Amino acid sequence: MTQVEKMTDMIAKFVGHTAKKLPDDVIAKLQELRAKEDSPMAKVIYDTMFRNQELAVKLDRPSCQDTGVLQFWVKCGTKFPLIDDLEALLKEAVIKATFETPLRHNSVETFDEYNTGKNVGKGTPTVFWDIVPHSDKCEIYTYMAGGGCTLPGYAMVLMPGEGYEGVTKFVLDRMTTYGLNACPPLLVGVGVATSVETAALLSKKALMRPIGSHNPNERAAKMEKLLEDGINAIGLGPQGMGGNYAVMGVNIENTARHPSAIGVAVNVGCWSHRRGHIIFDKDLNCEVLSHSGVKF
Amino acid sequence: MSVEIRDGKKILVTPISAEDLKDIKIGDIVYLSGSLTTCRDVAHRRVVEEGREIPVDVRNNAILHAGPIIRPIDPDNGKFEMVSVGPTTSMRMEKFEYDFVKITGVRVIIGKGGMKENTSNACKDFGAIHCVIPAGNAVVAAVCVEEIVKAEWRDLGMPETLWNCRVKEFGPLIVSIDSQGRNYFEEKKIEYNKRKDEQVAKISEQVKFIK
Repeated sequence: MTQVEKMTDMIAKFVGHTAKKLPDDVIAKLQELRAKEDSPMAKVIYDTMFRNQELAVKLDRPSCQDTGVLQFWVKCGTKFPLIDDLEALLKEAVIKATFETPLRHNSVETFDEYNTGKNVGKGTPTVFWDIVPHSDKCEIYTYMAGGGCTLPGYAMVLMPGEGYEGVTKFVLDRMTTYGLNACPPLLVGVGVATSVETAALLSKKALMRPIGSHNPNERAAKMEKLLEDGINAIGLGPQGMGGNYAVMGVNIENTARHPSAIGVAVNVGCWSHRRGHIIFDKDLNCEVLSHSGVKF
Repeated sequence: MSVEIRDGKKILVTPISAEDLKDIKIGDIVYLSGSLTTCRDVAHRRVVEEGREIPVDVRNNAILHAGPIIRPIDPDNGKFEMVSVGPTTSMRMEKFEYDFVKITGVRVIIGKGGMKENTSNACKDFGAIHCVIPAGNAVVAAVCVEEIVKAEWRDLGMPETLWNCRVKEFGPLIVSIDSQGRNYFEEKKIEYNKRKDEQVAKISEQVKFIK
């Protein structure tokens, strides 16, 4: 077996695993939030969620029928031996995982408007590249972007006069219109940058950060906490049906901005936040950081 | 008797009458046993806009807004297994739902998220309810399906086919529109928006970083 085939198999297997089992940080956070809900309805909802995750592992099935469009955020060293093959092998791995897991066919070609039936198409899976100089490692975040939690995604450019007060309103407005249908408790990713595309990309990358992590900037970290408490206080609760906690966290990622503009974007992950994080060395020895107990 | 209580669970058993739904209110948690048919975008359009007769009798039964993952067992003899099924956004069917309920006589509509006036008027006028099943729980829902009884309009492909299922204690189902026409999500949204405005004002005081 070539190294390309080996890495394809490992990614396919890992992607399949993430469809059936949530990452450790998400499970821990859901357990914490479950214990803090007191209404009978919220309890029934959490009981169903935990029973579902147990059954998914027991029956070896995807825990949610919407296994999303696969997205990979790759931080690849320039010296990683498979850098040239990476994008093609990720596509191949998605096709393999689609039939082995199985995953739902979620790639519809735009304009021609047909489902490819393989879960890949023009530009899907999505691959976000970060090139890391002087490194021979490859770090990959995998993500299943389901339809429900993709819908609230929104980006715009605010005028500086609107300030961070405008950012606050932008995020909270989205929660009461679209967020409540996106399967809360949500992980909320916010990008604050200089334009729509820089903010939008950061809002997705923010969802790859572990739950409970904070932005290194003190003011940004303060705003993460304020937004988290504020969204919880709206009372959306699990499934948007009412309760004490509607978010697993708010992660903000930021860059500098043009003096005349504040680019802002929001992206959400549903409670079934199927994010994986794996690091390969040059010989394809790997370490899984998101899920304990994964064996290859 | 179409409403049974078992182990503290309120179970609606098809066929269901308008009378059976009289005491069920928004926020109640119920379960469903009997006939449940998946029915979504194009099927609604065929019934309402094209005027075609629905090939599965849903009168006094239930529909589910969903596109499942199905595994063929013996497709030549019409045998299939439900692998994974979860609700899809009900709002997409809102446009059709008043006429759909009027024409088909369906009693229980199950989906995800809220619906609006077309559906709440239909529930009130014809004696029906809309419920949500907590989303993202595709395996819990699939194991409640005892048998796929028949599959109609298969030309629509796997997600849109009418999969007529016999289900046992399918749920939990949270009643979001009752047969008096009360709408849980619409009532909740008033509260949510009020609290949102309060929170925006409160947070804005603490994020005046541009000075």
